[in-house]
Parts: sequence; structure tokens; C-alpha cells
Amino acid sequence: MAVRTGGPGTVETNRVIGPGQTSSGIDDTVNAPVLVGLGRTPLWWWIGLGISLGLLALYLVSIVVLITTGTGVWGNNVPVAWGMPIINFVWWIGIGHAGTLISAALLLFRQPWRTSINRFAEAMTIFAVVNAGLYPILHLGRPWVFYWLLPYPNTYGLFPQFRSPLDWDLFAIGTYASVSVLFWFIGLIPDLATLRDQSKNRFQRLLYATLALGWNGSAKAWQRYQRAYLLLAALSFPLVLSVHSTIAMDFAVSQVPGWNNTIMPPYFVAGAVFAGFAMVLLLAIPLRKAFGLENLITMRHLDNSAKLMLATGMIVVYGYGVELFDAWYSGVEFERFMAYNRVFGADHWWAFWLLIAANGVAIQPLWFRSVRQSPLALFLISVIVSIGMWLERFVIVAITLTKDFLPSSWGDYVTTFWDWSLYIGTFGLFGTLFLLFIRLLPSIATAEMKELAHHDAHHDLDPYEEIRARQLEQEARS
Amino acid sequence: MSEANAAHAATTDAGPDLYGLVAEFEEVEALEAAADRAREAGYRTMDAYTPYPVEGLDDRLGFAPTRLGWIVLAAGIVGALGGFFLQYYANVIFYPLNIGGKPLNSWPNFIVITFEVTVLLSAFTAGLFMLGRNGLPRPYHPIFNTPNFVAATRDRFFLCIEARDERFDPDETRSFLEDLGPVRVSEVER
Repeated sequence: MAVRTGGPGTVETNRVIGPGQTSSGIDDTVNAPVLVGLGRTPLWWWIGLGISLGLLALYLVSIVVLITTGTGVWGNNVPVAWGMPIINFVWWIGIGHAGTLISAALLLFRQPWRTSINRFAEAMTIFAVVNAGLYPILHLGRPWVFYWLLPYPNTYGLFPQFRSPLDWDLFAIGTYASVSVLFWFIGLIPDLATLRDQSKNRFQRLLYATLALGWNGSAKAWQRYQRAYLLLAALSFPLVLSVHSTIAMDFAVSQVPGWNNTIMPPYFVAGAVFAGFAMVLLLAIPLRKAFGLENLITMRHLDNSAKLMLATGMIVVYGYGVELFDAWYSGVEFERFMAYNRVFGADHWWAFWLLIAANGVAIQPLWFRSVRQSPLALFLISVIVSIGMWLERFVIVAITLTKDFLPSSWGDYVTTFWDWSLYIGTFGLFGTLFLLFIRLLPSIATAEMKELAHHDAHHDLDPYEEIRARQLEQEARS
Repeated sequence: MSEANAAHAATTDAGPDLYGLVAEFEEVEALEAAADRAREAGYRTMDAYTPYPVEGLDDRLGFAPTRLGWIVLAAGIVGALGGFFLQYYANVIFYPLNIGGKPLNSWPNFIVITFEVTVLLSAFTAGLFMLGRNGLPRPYHPIFNTPNFVAATRDRFFLCIEARDERFDPDETRSFLEDLGPVRVSEVER
């Protein structure tokens, strides 16, 4: 199938779904790119996969060099023992958070617009967590004994140190990754059954019939399914908040000035959601064009994601303010110096101001509806936000560590080629997994979309539309 | 669900091999009305098959509410206690070690892992119990013999009155289902 840039009947809309969607129409739109034969895979997909596989090769080479040579290939040193690996770890895991928030929190808050974007956002979460989870393991120095972090019966007669944030990370990220995969797979089962029943060849039938586990859509099965899905959402919501709070506590249990602020957990969570919505937009804007999904992922979704990005962005900016205020208000010499060094320090002042420009200033246009209605503007702002959130972690992790207490122990942090090659390589892993996902699995939850389309057609339950209609009516009257 | 199977099902008389009679509907409202009528007529052992969850259909068919929530609550309590006492046992009983002058049972340090184990255990209980109680994975189910059942995951709605229902009678039930205005009524083999 060629790239469909909005076929006939595709009109940009601010409704949750385009008007007049039917069950079979949703199936055909969403499943067409999945069920099409290998030879008719669009060219852009092959090009994207080629680039991703190239970067994935770079990733693997970087890991081989790291393991055969040691962590000395990175710029990590004393005092900056946490360099790029931890910066990138926090960056990737933050990106994952928006997916869980969309699928769990928006389900609990009964937001119908979540349905169009939850599937690929959850996929984004899983692939981001894969990248994030590998970083601390590679950072261990001897990654092949990472299982020592697990409590298992062993000949040394030892348990891991449960008071250590490293072990908290293992439990938090391990739980987050496995529960995210479970939630995603449970959500996929009815759609896999649809693919099984519409499969066009033997390979597809075998693949989707196996994965669908024999789902038949019986009312009793749906009853249990919906309860399980709701419970998983209710469990995932606090889980996602706990994961980034745990990461903030990795910092907070240290004695490093600037790392043990009580605002760290909520401010880290907000930053994670902020970066995550930027990535959701970076993926949604091309995806809806490439697969002709404008009727299902509408301007409403882009608009709402932009609003959430603005709101969480403002919380993050407030966090920067509180950090600086607390440093001054604490009266602690080292805290005050940390703040001064971040903002005006001779070596890295530019990073702080770039981060303010990216995360504080660049998001301000999102107050305007015309900006939120422009996919191009949203795409550009999302790129800036992604860079800004990377800089935030660079400032918090690296710059803080360069100058802590005794001036005799101060140092500098210089990244190396292998720092960057590993980081760029993670995009290869992410891109490969994401491209395989959109080719092999439906990027929109079709069963849920059918339910939504039915409600939309028969009950006209779009409160947003109703409110706008009432507003227009009032304006016309006055 | 192949054509051969479907033709076979259509020509077989009611016998011990009969799984049930299945009516196919185009609209969900027709299925909901049919479920109400079937309940009124006294049928109890029946199930509906829909491409998406239909709100209230379980009540219409007379299903008891699922008890999954209680099982998950129990799993959560086991996870919380297990997660905490794993750490308590390791630090207080098995290998007491003074770390930074903290008490051996330094419980604030144990909160993160306790919480994560609670979520892990209850989430997997919710997911796996749902699959298990639904009998999944299950490659074969008699309902798949229904003609055009591939549409059950697309845009059609099916009501099956099973042969083991007390009030089931091949002819009477068939005429009852045909009165409900379905696209077709099929006999489905086990």
C-alpha cells in the first residue's frame, strides 16, 4: 500500500473520531497496513527500517566495545561517576511515562480521546523502557552479573542490599516493564482475534491465531476482560508515578547538593510526562499521515496532547524555580554554590539557559489554539522539548557532580565518542521495534474504537462538541 | 468455520453433537433485545459474541458479576506482606548488617520494593486469572463452527442458546430465535 495522505472523505476534525465511522470501516482503515502483503509494504517503511537497523548495529558495536574494554570508554570519571548512561536512562524512562498515563490514567478519568492513541503510546512506553532498562545494567561495569541484584538462593548465602536505590530501580523498572507488557498484550488480544479472522495468508493466520489465544468475544469473557483491564489501569497509574519517584529518590538518598530536594519526585514525574507527550506527538503526527488515520487520530488528540504538554511543562518550570529558591533559602553554602554554578558557572551556564529556553519559553506558543492546531508547529516544539528534557538531566546529573563540596575534588565532564554512539544507537533499537510494531500489529485499538464509534453514532456523547455548540449558539444570540 | 464445516453444521440434525443454536444479528440493539427476550422465555445457558464489549449485556444474559477484584485484592495483600518480609528477613534475621547506623528494620528503605512487589503480583494475577477463567489459551471452541463467525470480531453480533439449557428444544428454540429477526439461525456442532 502506498502512503495515503488523507484519501477522499478525510477532513481534519476536532471531534474525538471523524464523523460516520463504522465497525468494518475502522477495521479496514487500521488493519489494512498490517494485513497487506510483504511486497506491498510502503517504501518509507523499508527506508526507516534500514536506518534503524544501521543505528541498531552501532548500538551493538558500542556495547561490545564497552564490555570488552570497560566503562573507561565513557567520559564517566570521579567526581562525575553518573554521566551519559544515567542521563539517557532517565531521559528514556521519562518518555515511556506518557504511554502509561494515556492508557491508565485517562481510562480511569473516562477520557474517550485516549482510545485512538493508547495502543501506540503503550508500545512507545515498552520500547522506551527497554532502552532505559539496559542503561543501568550496562553501567554496572560487569553487566553479565546483573542478576546479583535479584533476591535468589545462591551459594554465597547473600541477599542484595535492599536499602540501595540500585535495587529499588531493579524492582521499579522490572515491575514497570513487565506490567506494561502485560497491559499492552491484554489490550491487544481482541484486536489479534480480529486480525486472525481477517488474515489473508497462512503466515498471518498462524501468527495472529497463536497470539489471540483463542479469543471469541463472548459476553462472559468480555465481562472478566473489562474488569481485568480496569484493574490493570488502576494498578498502572500509581505504578507509573512510583517509577519516576523512585528514580528521583535515587538522587535524593545521596548527599550531593541539589539532589536531595523534597520536590524531586513530583517534579521528575511531571518532567517525564512532559517529555513523553512530546514523543507521543513526534510519533502520532507522522503515523496518522502515513497510514491515513486522520479520522481516528484527529486534531483533537494533537490539541489535547499539546495542552497536557503545556501544563506539565509549566510544572517543570515551577520545579526549576523551587530548586533555585530552596538552594538560597536553605542557607547552606554548598546548595547556594550549586545553584550559582548551574546558572552562571563558567563551564556549563549555556546548558541551563538552553534548557530554560527549550522547556520554559518554547512551549509558550501552545497557549494559542492556532499553534495547537498546526501539526508542523507541534512537531517542532516537541523536538525542542525532547532536547530540553535531555539538557535538564544533563544539568542535574553531570553539572551538579562536577563541583560538589571540596574545591580540591572538583572536576569536569567530557563526553566521548562511545557515550554518543551508544545514545544514538538506542534510537536504532527504538526505531526498529516501533517500525516492526506498526507493520505487524494494529497501531490503534480497534475493539475499543468500535465501542466508541457506536456511542458516537447512537448517543452523540461528545461533551466537547456539545459545549462548543452551546458556546457558538450563545455567541450568535449576543 | 470453513465452508465445508458450515454446510455440515447446517445439515446435521439435533443430536448429542449439537453445541447450540446461534442467531446472527447486524445491530447491537437487535442483540440486546434478543437477549432480553431469551431471558424472558426462560433460557439461562446462553452467551453472546460481540466484536466489542457491550455495556450491560452481562446483566441482560443473567451473568453473575465477576469476582476477579477480590482475587486481585488478595494477591495484592500477599504481595505487600511478601515484599516487606522478604526484606525484613534478609536484613533482620538472615544477615543482620549495620549500614550507616540505620536500625536493622529500617522500614522506610523497604517501602519502594514492597510497593513494587504488590503491584507486580496483583497485576499479573488480574491478567492471568482473567485469561485462565476465560479458558484461554484455547485453540478450539465449538462456537467457531458457526457460519460467518469471522464477523464476530468485526461487525456482527451473535447469540448462542446452548443445547444443554433445560428449556432447549431444537425446533422450538429455532423458531424462537427466528422470530427475533436475525440474519440467520445456525445449528452449531460441538
